[in-house]
Amino acid sequence: MVAQCADDLVVLRPEGMYCPPGDFFIDPWRPVERAVITHAHSDHARSGHRRYLAAAPAALVLKARLGGISLDTLAYGEPVTINGVTVSLHPAGHVLGSAQVRIAHGGQVWVASGDYKAGPGFAAEDATCEAFEPLRCDTFISESTFGLPVYRWKPQSAIAADINAWWAANAAAGRASVLMAYSFGKAQRILAMVDAGIGPIVCHGATENLNAAYRASGVALPATRMVSDGLDRADLRRALVLAPPSVQGSTWLKRFGDYADAFASGWMQLRGARRRNAVDRGFVLSDHADWPGLMRAIAATDAARVIVTHGQVPVMVRWLQAQGLEAQAFETEFAGETGAEAPDTAEPAKPAAADAAPIDETGVSPA
Amino acid sequence: MRRFARLYAELDAQTATNAKVAALRRYFAEAPPADAAWAVYFLAGGKPRQSVPTRLLRAAAQRRAGLPDWLFEESYQAVGDLAETIAHVLPQGAADDDTGLAAWIETRLAPLRGLADAEIEARLISYWDMLDWQGRFLLTKLIGGGFRVGVSRLLVLRALAEQAGLDPKLVALRAMGYTDARTPPTAQRFARLIAPGDGAGIDAGAPYPFFLAHPLADPGTLGDTAQWLVEWKYDGIRAQVVRRAGQTWIWSRGEELVTERFPEIVAAVRGLPDGSVLDGEILVWKEGDRPAPFALLQQRIGRKTLGRKILADAPVVFMAYDLLENEGRDIRAEAQHARRARLETLVAAHPAGGLRLSPLVEADNWAACAALRADSRRRGVEGLMLKEATSAYGTGRTRDTGTWWKWKIDPLSVDCVLIYAQAGHGRRASLYTDYTFAVWTGSGADRTLVPFAKAYSGLTDEEFRKVDAVIRKTTIEKFGPVRSVLPSLVFELGFEGIQQSPRHKSGIAVRFPRMLRLRTDKKVEEADTLERLRTLLAVSNTT
Ligand SMILES: [Zn+2]
Ligand SMILES: [Zn+2]
Repeated sequence: MVAQCADDLVVLRPEGMYCPPGDFFIDPWRPVERAVITHAHSDHARSGHRRYLAAAPAALVLKARLGGISLDTLAYGEPVTINGVTVSLHPAGHVLGSAQVRIAHGGQVWVASGDYKAGPGFAAEDATCEAFEPLRCDTFISESTFGLPVYRWKPQSAIAADINAWWAANAAAGRASVLMAYSFGKAQRILAMVDAGIGPIVCHGATENLNAAYRASGVALPATRMVSDGLDRADLRRALVLAPPSVQGSTWLKRFGDYADAFASGWMQLRGARRRNAVDRGFVLSDHADWPGLMRAIAATDAARVIVTHGQVPVMVRWLQAQGLEAQAFETEFAGETGAEAPDTAEPAKPAAADAAPIDETGVSPA
Repeated sequence: MRRFARLYAELDAQTATNAKVAALRRYFAEAPPADAAWAVYFLAGGKPRQSVPTRLLRAAAQRRAGLPDWLFEESYQAVGDLAETIAHVLPQGAADDDTGLAAWIETRLAPLRGLADAEIEARLISYWDMLDWQGRFLLTKLIGGGFRVGVSRLLVLRALAEQAGLDPKLVALRAMGYTDARTPPTAQRFARLIAPGDGAGIDAGAPYPFFLAHPLADPGTLGDTAQWLVEWKYDGIRAQVVRRAGQTWIWSRGEELVTERFPEIVAAVRGLPDGSVLDGEILVWKEGDRPAPFALLQQRIGRKTLGRKILADAPVVFMAYDLLENEGRDIRAEAQHARRARLETLVAAHPAGGLRLSPLVEADNWAACAALRADSRRRGVEGLMLKEATSAYGTGRTRDTGTWWKWKIDPLSVDCVLIYAQAGHGRRASLYTDYTFAVWTGSGADRTLVPFAKAYSGLTDEEFRKVDAVIRKTTIEKFGPVRSVLPSLVFELGFEGIQQSPRHKSGIAVRFPRMLRLRTDKKVEEADTLERLRTLLAVSNTT
């Protein structure tokens, strides 16, 4: 239930989040006239809009994904006026070119986060994009993909060490290391994290497309090869293979023989999710904020009102309300973190309802 | 603790048996004997009494993490495992503890029992703060009594045997009774497990590893019936009776010492000579020619103290079917028929009401066996046991020295309707896999569904996913983790026993219910009725 006021700077429309005075949408899911795009993930950047506005570093990845769109770009922090509304884009720390949308009008400031990650002190960890910039505002529109206190990320350096050790051990045993990760963002972050001295790095075609866009955008990535480059067997056995999760169980993997496989995703935090994905290893690596990160980001905005989009919406709303904030939800069509099976557990539970469960305890349990 | 936590993590993450054995061997090679003694205890299924109630564990974790009840509950629902939830929500601590497993158990965990709540909470928090994620997870599992990891007892003992350069069967024999809660594991007991040489070195009252049967679908491939000893398959508690040094020990298959719970059996075997070990089934047997339903035995086990009334209402007998030790000699390598002959002689020489000999079922061919098996329910048994006449008494589920088959009757079944669903735990925490089923009662406008059983097994992962999707679409209401759903799915539910139960709304309780299949061909209206359950009840309990 969103209590909308006449002077709200962002409201929900069937097409998506809409700024009435500025007459533009943010990450709309239906075709619109003017779309401000927070980042190039497919649930936020869709095709079919007349005009796009995004942060300049996102230009090449957006075009790589959406082709010939009519795109205007802004440098981070550069203001533009749209129908009398001041709009600027600021780093969200999610993927290359990801932006928070800052909207100022009539004495109010609203910020829509898109997707973001926000580590301790908002320090830069991810070498492939600029770190999250906390912005003071009256209303903050936040994602909540990992909005449960069980999600706490280790520092990137620790995950990098784990991946390197896994890769090195596999290489020593003569086995390829197949690491499944979302092909845009996560894969490039991993490339920039790992120790390329351990062995050759092979990328799936879907991943390599994005690598090219990253390199053309000026992001330094280690040398990568494709299967079509004709690696010999000895090379393949020492290789780190980066591929999208869709290759799991496909014939594409056959060429790597007896390989070790792993997933890199925030969902890997839970043992249950690791088992369901049936891989040897799960690396807990996410481009979304963990619970402390969400709290850190929200606190830094100083916003009195928070609107929660995709993820653990009811949990976050209830928690923020308990913290004395005015918290609400927007029912959006964003997907959250892809790249591994996500547990669907974002469910509101009635308080103290467990004892109301109408289960008739039946059946003698096995001895 | 750090070393054992790392082993636990490796076992938890690995699926390949060889990798598990390798991890276990690494651990046994490095760990001090006192720690390894406890590790074997836990890994082989030892269950110390829960030292801290779950509610206290939760309360301490919530306090340390600063979480309200509802948010902790949400987290628990997402994770599906209490110890894992706790390990995730606790803020980072110093994680600098290097104390070994044995010292943790003996000087930190054991003394928790009986302390005041506030003191337990304070200690728990200080312990968590000393440990990293893996350590916290393991500690919470150990304290909460929910320690379980994907290795079988035999695999643990095999790894230990390989590391010690011993025959796994010898180590399995020495390990009998090792996990009994009464004798704590020590470096000495561990040393006895892996001592060089082939001495059994077992405790005075230790039983032998149980030989387990394999399920059989069709005896057609077994050849001549004459090569097989055929017996009834009883539905009781599998047990070994050990007579040594003028004393009696009774061990359940879970290697729990249950001697005091069955004074009738202790009295009945008092005359057996020292150096006798019998394998058989504990059954409640009143008068008549058939045992009482398992439920009565279950009730008796549930009692803390054995009053005169329960002894009169649920008297037990020991139905002996094998002899493992005779005149102080381990005769497990002898042929089944030879052991049987010795058993018959022994029982005949020491007649006692509470000690019976499992009768052989006489049948000339498999068709005759099948006909007798069809009569199982009336006889109060679960089907037939087929034991290879030349079979030695193996260890666990071995097949190399002959086989035991259990040829069980098909379970009872009814078609019923799914009305409530709850999320599973662990691997299935994100799916609705625990279901409550109902059958019809009343007629006309008063026709309603009455719940009668819960089940959570029998479907494939694929089927569970499908049913889960339907549940989400047909939810009427949520009560915490439970959803009530619009009745739309019919399941064939199988179970192995049925009896009256005033505690249940339906007046009926079923034993070991499990889903046999989803009846997509049936409409909800066509599901079975309470009347049919009553008929099954009457049929299955006729003497
Ligand atoms: Zn995204
Ligand atoms: Zn998103």
